[in-house]
Amino acid sequence: MSDIAERVKKIVVEHLGVEPEKVVEGANFIDDLGADSLDTVELVMAFEEEFNVEIPDDAAETIQTVGDAVKFLEKNSA
Amino acid sequence: MFDLTGRKALVTGATGGLGGAIARALHRQGATVALSGTRQEALEALAQDLGGERVHVSPTNLADAAAVEALVPAAEAAMGGLDILVNNAGITRDNLFMRMKDDEWDAVIAVNLTAAFRLSRAAVKGMMRRRHGRIVNIGSVVGATGNPGQGNYAAAKAGLVGMTKALAAEVASRNITVNCIAPGFIASPMTDELNEKQREGILGRVPMGRLGSGDEVAAATIYLASQEAAYVTGHTLHVNGGMAMF
Repeated sequence: MSDIAERVKKIVVEHLGVEPEKVVEGANFIDDLGADSLDTVELVMAFEEEFNVEIPDDAAETIQTVGDAVKFLEKNSA
Repeated sequence: MFDLTGRKALVTGATGGLGGAIARALHRQGATVALSGTRQEALEALAQDLGGERVHVSPTNLADAAAVEALVPAAEAAMGGLDILVNNAGITRDNLFMRMKDDEWDAVIAVNLTAAFRLSRAAVKGMMRRRHGRIVNIGSVVGATGNPGQGNYAAAKAGLVGMTKALAAEVASRNITVNCIAPGFIASPMTDELNEKQREGILGRVPMGRLGSGDEVAAATIYLASQEAAYVTGHTLHVNGGMAMF
């Protein structure tokens, strides 16, 4: 797992209070990890903070799985 | 009870009679306050009156969208966070409905409703992160009862009530409460100028037989901003001497 993936996983585990084993690449925040729509907004905020990037609303909407987040951040974080 | 020590509050319209009373009361309860208003000198005077400690001045024109967007980040930077947002600023552009101009309508909606939306949207971000927040929107009895000549004002104030409930439902799980206070006739420089007949006409509609004071509205604000009101959300608290009961 890449460094970015590790950090994403840590945020997701902390924020949603889910088992680390469940936070796999294909896991959907809402369907698989029990997030509600407010949680997804907060996750995006947490990613922005951790990786010091701005995630615009239209990009945020495409981030639905752990893998989506990792991919976006690998491409966009410094 | 109602101790606000360590809390950070932003009050819009702080140079008005009501906003000033609310800012003073928050400050008295121990909060750090950021004062927003259009008149810098009046804000500075209030800040000085509060002793200059735990007080910040943020002159803002709430009709200017960019200025509104900048206000919450500036207040958060100045105070190191934001726990309490009081959307108090309001203007009137009274006219009979059939004569009301678009710009009279737009100006009132912009300051009384849209600015409250933008400030709440900005404030809730940090409040969600901190898992605590209080938003108090200052409405009006007119938002519930209507008032001839105030179609724009009544619409904006009623709009605040709906906005309050929608946002309250969205953020309740994050320990953020969103409530509304609906004052009736409150003594102010404006009501001081009423003649005896106008005054009697108003008081005839108030079972309590007197005008309310800014301090009485401020006390309601303190309650809703406090830890004690943690389970009260989406509510509209009427402070009107009984002139309309719900």
